[in-house]
Amino acid sequence: MSNTNKKAPARTMDLVERSLARRYGAEKRFRFYGVISVVIGVLALALLFWEIFSAGLGGFRQTHIQLTLKFDPDVLEIADARDARQVQNGNFEGVVRAALAERFPAVLDRGGRRDLNGILSIGAAFDLRDKLVDEPELLGQTRTYWLLADDDVDTYYKSLREGNAFTARTSEARQVWIQELIDGGELRTQFNTRLFTSGDSSEPEMAGILGAVVGSLLTLLVTFILSFPIGVAAAVYLEEYAPRNRFTDFIEVNISNLAAVPSIIFGLLGLAIFIGLFGMPRSIPLVGGLVLTLMTLPTIIISSRNAIKAVPPSIREAALGIGASKMQMILHHVLPLAMPGMLTGAIIGMAQALGETAPLLMIGMVAFIMDVPNGISDPATVLPVQIFLWSDSPERAFVERTSAAIMVLLAFLVCMNTLAVWLRKRLERRW
Amino acid sequence: MESSVLLPVLALLCALAFVAGRSRSLAVAGVGGMRILNSLPFYYGSLTAFWCALPSLAVVLIWSIFDGVIIENMVHALVPPAAVEAAGGNIGLVMNQVRNLAAGHLSADSVEPAIAAAADRLVALERINRWALTGVALSFALIGAILAWLKINPQLRARAKVEDIFRWTLLACASLAILTTIGIVMSVLFESMRFFSKVPVTEFLFGLEWSPQTAIRADQQGSSGSFGAVPLFAGTLLIAGIALLVAVPTGLMVAIYLTEYASPRMRNLIKPVLEILAGIPTVVYGFFAALTVAPVIRDMGVNLGLDEWLTISSESALAAGLVMGVMIIPFVSSLSDDVITAVPRSLKDGALGLGSTRSEVVKLVVIPAALPGIVGSVLLAASRAIGETMIVVMAAGLAANLTANPFDSVTTVTVQIVTLLVGDQEFESAKTLAAFALGLVLFVVTLGLNYFALYIVRKYREQYE
Repeated sequence: MSNTNKKAPARTMDLVERSLARRYGAEKRFRFYGVISVVIGVLALALLFWEIFSAGLGGFRQTHIQLTLKFDPDVLEIADARDARQVQNGNFEGVVRAALAERFPAVLDRGGRRDLNGILSIGAAFDLRDKLVDEPELLGQTRTYWLLADDDVDTYYKSLREGNAFTARTSEARQVWIQELIDGGELRTQFNTRLFTSGDSSEPEMAGILGAVVGSLLTLLVTFILSFPIGVAAAVYLEEYAPRNRFTDFIEVNISNLAAVPSIIFGLLGLAIFIGLFGMPRSIPLVGGLVLTLMTLPTIIISSRNAIKAVPPSIREAALGIGASKMQMILHHVLPLAMPGMLTGAIIGMAQALGETAPLLMIGMVAFIMDVPNGISDPATVLPVQIFLWSDSPERAFVERTSAAIMVLLAFLVCMNTLAVWLRKRLERRW
Repeated sequence: MESSVLLPVLALLCALAFVAGRSRSLAVAGVGGMRILNSLPFYYGSLTAFWCALPSLAVVLIWSIFDGVIIENMVHALVPPAAVEAAGGNIGLVMNQVRNLAAGHLSADSVEPAIAAAADRLVALERINRWALTGVALSFALIGAILAWLKINPQLRARAKVEDIFRWTLLACASLAILTTIGIVMSVLFESMRFFSKVPVTEFLFGLEWSPQTAIRADQQGSSGSFGAVPLFAGTLLIAGIALLVAVPTGLMVAIYLTEYASPRMRNLIKPVLEILAGIPTVVYGFFAALTVAPVIRDMGVNLGLDEWLTISSESALAAGLVMGVMIIPFVSSLSDDVITAVPRSLKDGALGLGSTRSEVVKLVVIPAALPGIVGSVLLAASRAIGETMIVVMAAGLAANLTANPFDSVTTVTVQIVTLLVGDQEFESAKTLAAFALGLVLFVVTLGLNYFALYIVRKYREQYE
């Protein structure tokens, strides 16, 4: 007995010391797994941003070709440049073709001519028409302009500059012409203003996100106008009025369930109820806003409740104590004090709604719409859906435009989240 | 009057009603002044304004929900059966023509006279409808305001009434959550029941073949379409499984590292960075998966020589699953972070005091104590992965393969819902209704997972203190 008593501590120490190396090894490995996990997360984020930005920056530039054109009244078939109807029907493509033929006089055969005409976008002719509308005195004069190049030329030129030319959609003749233009300084990239000033188009070089951005703003406007007051009202009821009973519990269960329902289900709801039952038209921001309202309500209710909870009870008691009614107490004291927190929650909810795609596909906001919407009942699409549509397009030039559109979307989201953080820091009170 | 004019007019009427009610209360108070009134003048004004606004708004709301359907039915009656037959029995096509004509997109010469007549009728009905709505709404507003205005007297308990209306309005807003749930259940349930009247439930749930293309014309070959959803369920589980394999270990280790190892400064730096991952729209992940990850995975599969035994598709389940996993890392990590921090300090300190290393504390004390919460967060992540749409729409395929090969293309429930419903469709066809049946399954499964997660957290949560 005494024997073991003496020996036991020594043996335990031995055991512990012998196991220490293994245990410290395990400790190190465990810590390493933690570091690796964090690194995986951060790397994934970095890779995502790198891919989007490296592909998207090119989308903000667009290749243009310099040409000297004559606004020949005979080719244009325009006698009076102030007559809107004549200008509308003018043969501007003829002017462009004539200018190209003059620039490359060696190209004589039909096929070659057709190939040559294709290096400029059909948008070039529209631009010329706009120029003539602005300046009717141009008729009969000769000017030099930078004209919009076709998307294949754009893709080829950009890939050429990066060192690995993408020749699959550019014939050898074209490559020679393009090289000639590059050597003469007649081909360059400019800032792609069209991306921000026009609606969707099936021609990549003419496609822009303005229609989608306006559609997104209109949809968000509807969402905000509906979801913020309703969300705040629901939060006030649940925090200030609701008795502890089964009905209140039922409301709360429903709110937390709705927060977890996949967004696509809200799209099915919108399709069946708003479009199927109420007969509202498809593709309009109003219906999109209604669907997103139902989807963001749980987020807004939950954050508004937290903001209301953060207002100390002493303020309520003081207000009630000097004779305010419950409504006065809420409207004069609780809501103003909770407003920054509620606004923060609402902005985060709006950011969520801005990035949402799936439910809007269900209610038809995925249609190809070239016009910029004017109101909440005009057919429209939204920015994430535009991204989805472009990413589906086979043209290579759409890839960089998709990335550029994603960069714009991310910029909006960053702004909204920064605003939310700023509001929280700046206006939120601590008691 | 258009609703964009009607609503401001109503708002103006309310403001007027408020002023009228307020001044009337002061007038009826007479020489006694405010003191003999039951409530402040503000409440009399508000009461009048409420009576002006609420009834007429209710009328406008109900009216504008149902007017479209009613007008449509009245115009239907005018369309001759012959015209419907000419359009292949499709009344929707004829009505589209009528609507286009009414909106001036078509010229009246290009269609039959009966259709032109229907379009004229549509235009006339819509004009009548607008004016009738304006008249009814405004008269409701005026009558409501005048009635309330006449009732004002010093004994009227305006404050109590206004507070009641306020409270009921708030309650109505809160009940919208219930209404939304009912709406979801009704919309997916009714359409699903119609679907199940065409396709038996057992075939849908246990059938092994999914090809929803039904014939457009009756004489087409292979027109039956089969609706066995098992390949979709398998595809969904495969992709969600891959996503969870990525997200759960990574997210959990991130949470452990940030709570147990990282310095506060590091934590404040890394946490927001990882939360950016949660804020990126899913369509961006989808683009990333389709454009960057999928080709890499395919090349990797081919380079490893896997194509000798396996099908390697450019739209692999692996690409979609990996990217989805990255997307839900912050979801898992922030949920587990909360439950890990909730483990009391004293437990950890006790274990450390006995000589455990930190990893032993985590493995033997923290994780067992936080297990219900961690399981709950994994279940919530699973529900998120199953319901995720855009990544799989863009990166997973459309082919309903029943396979466990992650390099092959599979399709999921959400992808099929989107494919079946995007574009113009008929509400009657089995193809459209199938999407609602899939929606029902998705809704039930995600709801079930959420309930189960909450149940586990509630049931097995350790109460310290």
